[in-house]
Amino acid sequence: MTTILDPTDERKPVERQITPRSGSLSGVIGLLDISKPRGNVFLDALEQLLAKKLPDVTLKRFMKPTFAKPCPDPLRRQMRDECNFVIEALAD
Amino acid sequence: MSSGQPDFALNDLAGNAHTLPDGKPSLICFVKDDCETCNTAAPVLEAFHRAYGSKLTVLLIAQSGEANAEFAARHGLSMPVLDDSACKTAFGWDIESVPSLFWLDAEGGVRTKFEGFIRSDWEALAADLSGATSLPAAQVDWGSLPAWRPGCGSKHLEPSVFDKLQAEAEGSPIRARRIEVASGDDVAEFMFDQGFSDGLPLVPPTPERVMRMLGGTHRDSQEVVATVPPNMGEATIEKIAINAVMAGCKPEYMPVIIAAVEAVCTDEFNIHGVTATTMGAAPVMVVNGPIRDRIGMAKGLGALGAGNRANATIGRALRLVVRNVGGATTGGVERSTLGNPMKFTMCFAEHEERSPWPALHVERGFEPEDSVVTVFAMTGGPVHIVDQTSRAPDQIAGSLGLGLEGVFLPKLHNLPIDALLVVCPEHLDTLTREGEYSKDRLRDRIQDVTMRPLSEMVQDARSGAGIPPETAAGMSAEALAQPVPKFAGKEYIHIVVAGSDAGKFSSAFHGWATGAVGSISVSKKIDIG
Repeated sequence: MTTILDPTDERKPVERQITPRSGSLSGVIGLLDISKPRGNVFLDALEQLLAKKLPDVTLKRFMKPTFAKPCPDPLRRQMRDECNFVIEALAD
Repeated sequence: MSSGQPDFALNDLAGNAHTLPDGKPSLICFVKDDCETCNTAAPVLEAFHRAYGSKLTVLLIAQSGEANAEFAARHGLSMPVLDDSACKTAFGWDIESVPSLFWLDAEGGVRTKFEGFIRSDWEALAADLSGATSLPAAQVDWGSLPAWRPGCGSKHLEPSVFDKLQAEAEGSPIRARRIEVASGDDVAEFMFDQGFSDGLPLVPPTPERVMRMLGGTHRDSQEVVATVPPNMGEATIEKIAINAVMAGCKPEYMPVIIAAVEAVCTDEFNIHGVTATTMGAAPVMVVNGPIRDRIGMAKGLGALGAGNRANATIGRALRLVVRNVGGATTGGVERSTLGNPMKFTMCFAEHEERSPWPALHVERGFEPEDSVVTVFAMTGGPVHIVDQTSRAPDQIAGSLGLGLEGVFLPKLHNLPIDALLVVCPEHLDTLTREGEYSKDRLRDRIQDVTMRPLSEMVQDARSGAGIPPETAAGMSAEALAQPVPKFAGKEYIHIVVAGSDAGKFSSAFHGWATGAVGSISVSKKIDIG
C-alpha cells in the first residue's frame, strides 16, 4: 500500500440548482456584453428581436470591462438584483 | 503512564503484544541485528535478564524485522524481543544510536540511560541493579568484553525512514488528505485516473517526499501563499510542496516555486484569463539573481529547454499548482483552441554574467543580489530569429526587430502586446562590437525597422485582418500613409540574455492581451529565508 497526499484544494464544488423554468419571460432581461469584438452587434440584434416579441419586458444592457477576466463582483451583484433573466453574449 | 518515556504497543517474536511496563521497574534496550555493538551487548542483556528478571521486566526493542529472530537465536535470548522495524518507538523515544539502554523505575521515570558499549557503565549498572533488586550480581565475564565500542545509528534516523516517521508524527506539518493507493493498484496510473497529471507521469507525493520538499523553505507549511483561480483554492506551502514533488522538483527549488505562485495569482497577472483563453497562453518564468546558480538552473546552453531539471520541473510545478489547487483542468476552465507546449513548463534563468545590460530584475527595481522570479503571459514561443550574417550592430538589431514582426500576425502593427526577446550571446557580441548598445537603443531600433504605413494594415483580399475598410475610408491619405511600429510602445518589448556562446539564434516569446484587459507581467522577490 502506498500513501500519497492530495494535491488538490480538497474542496468539492458546491452543487448549484438551476432556478425552476417558468416557461415564460417577464420582468427584466439583462443583456451582458462580455466585451468581445462585435458582441454589441449581436446584442443589438437580439435586443431588437426581444423588444418586438416581448413588448412587456424591460431590457437592460450590461458590459464586462474585459472578456479576459472574470465578471467583477459588483456587476454580478447588480445583475442579480436588477434582472429576472440574463443573456450573456459571446461574439468575435 | 505516569511520566517519562512514551508508551508503545509492540509484538514479540511469538506475536504477543507488549506495552511499556507499568508499576514495575524495567530495563529496555534498543538493538538491531547488523550492529556489532548490539551483538556485544546482547549476552550481557541476557545475563541481566537471568539475574534480575524476577524483579525487573527486561525487554529488547529490535529494529531488524525478520532478522530479529536470528539475533535472538544467536544469543539464546530468553527475554521478549519486540519488533520495532517501523521504528516508531525509536522515533518516539528520540534515541540516536543502538544499543540504547534505559533503566526505568516502577513509575516509568528514567534512572539510567546510555548508548553504545562502555564497559564500565554496563558494569556499574550491573552492580546498581543488584543493589536495587537485592539479587546477586549477574554473571558476566567482563574481562572478555571490549572496554569501549561506539554504537551504530538507530535505523529510524535513516533519511527515508525518518521523513516518513516525522510525516506521521503528532504535530507533523502535513495536513493534506491522505490517499491510500491499494497495493494492487499502480500508483502512476492511479494519479492519471485522478486527473492530477498534465499528461506526463508524476512522482508520487508520499508523506516522506513532501516532508523533504518542505525542508526547502523556512515558511510554515500551512501558510496560505495565494488563492488560485478559477476555484480560488488555497495554495498553502504544503499544497505547493505536494505539487512540486509530483513535478519532480528538488527541495531547494521551493522558494522559486512559491514566488512564482504568488506572482501568477495577482490581479495583474490574471492567471484565470491566462489559463482560460482560447488563445492558449501560458506563464513564462524568468529567474534572476544568485539562486539561479545555487539550484543549478540553465541560463546558457539549452536554457529554453530541455534537459535541465530545475528549469523543467519548476515551470511544471507552477502549472500543476494551477491545475490541482486552482482546478484549471484542460477542457474545464482551460479552453485553448490548440493548447501550447509551454503549458507543460516554461522556465529559464537569465544569463546575467554574459549580459552587458542591467538584468531583468534590476530593470524592474530590484537589487542585483536579490533573487527574483518574473512571469509573463505568453502565447507563442520560443520563436527563433535566425541571422548568421549581420556584422554591424544596427544590422543585427534590425533583424531582431524583424523577427518580432510575427507577433499575432505580421500585418498587425501598433500592438499593445508584450513580447519577450531572448538575445543570444553571439548576437549580443555583434550588437556591442562597436561599443555600448543599450537595451533602449535596441528597443528603438526594433520599433524603427518595423515601421509600416497604416495603409498596409487595412483589411483586403490578401488578409481580412486589420483596419476595417469603412474605417480606412474615413481616413485621409496622409493618415493612412503614417507609419506605425510593431508595438504600441517600446515598453512592451522585454529583453533578456540567455543561451550558449555558440550559435547566432535569438528567440522571442509572443504575448497575450497585455495590460489591465489581460495580463501584466509581475516580478516577485524570492524568499530565501
